[in-house]
Amino acid sequence: MAIEVRIPTILRSYTGGAKIVEGSGDTLADLLTDLDSRHAGLRGRLVTDAGALHRFVNVYVNDEDVRFLGALDAKLNDGDSVTILPAVAGGAFGFAAAAAIASHSAATAATASHARSARAVAVR
Amino acid sequence: MLSIDRSIIDAIVAHARRDHPDEACGVVAGPAGSDTPTRHIPMDNAARSMTFYEFDSMEQLRVWREMDDRDEEPVVIYHSHTATEAYPSRTDVSFAGEPGAHYLLVSTREPDTEEIRSFRIVDGVVTEEPVEIVDAAVDPNAVQSYMFGQSPATVDYECSGR
Repeated sequence: MAIEVRIPTILRSYTGGAKIVEGSGDTLADLLTDLDSRHAGLRGRLVTDAGALHRFVNVYVNDEDVRFLGALDAKLNDGDSVTILPAVAGGAFGFAAAAAIASHSAATAATASHARSARAVAVR
Repeated sequence: MLSIDRSIIDAIVAHARRDHPDEACGVVAGPAGSDTPTRHIPMDNAARSMTFYEFDSMEQLRVWREMDDRDEEPVVIYHSHTATEAYPSRTDVSFAGEPGAHYLLVSTREPDTEEIRSFRIVDGVVTEEPVEIVDAAVDPNAVQSYMFGQSPATVDYECSGR
């Protein structure tokens, strides 16, 4: 038996397009390490450099959000189903997200270029 | 381009007005691969904030599973900005995790009119697209097109130094 993991669209580039993959591990951290051995780069999209679960994803074990199960320390058993979804969040001005965004260079660059074009329009 | 039925747009605007001044958020599901939004699903804003929105993670799991069961996908992900323009903020771009979705923004800062704009957000890059509102209830063959503003021409509130 193994643990079934559901992969969201945005991360299927790491799984060769597969929607469901299998892995094993006693904890979520172990499972992600196991998955990363076959789907290199996947773990890096879910876990921050500091070793915490990323703010941009929701991970569920069966029907529970792992944030309520100890996050990366959440215990897993054979036959469990793990679901990964992109967190849907945003808003005009998210103070809570500011720290998380600082590490997201692509997004920062994109909005910075938008800010420049907006200012250029305003000046005209 | 986003093509969407007027009744769905009306329901989204009503949701945004109802929750104003807090931000409202939700999904319009559609058959997978169709790029056609058909089923409006208003979501709770778990943040209950005037400047931030966040799907409740358990509600999201339920809704995403339901879409999966019905062979649907999130064609539109919408939220409102209640004091600023309908343009994706830095936060919106950072979180955008559905590369196939149309990110629809509604601004309710004006009491009488709504600004409605749609964007693709892929790998941190924002691309605006036209919105076509379809009056299917009147005559499915009579399609009226509306082009909303294509370039951000207003103050960028995020960069005001607050």
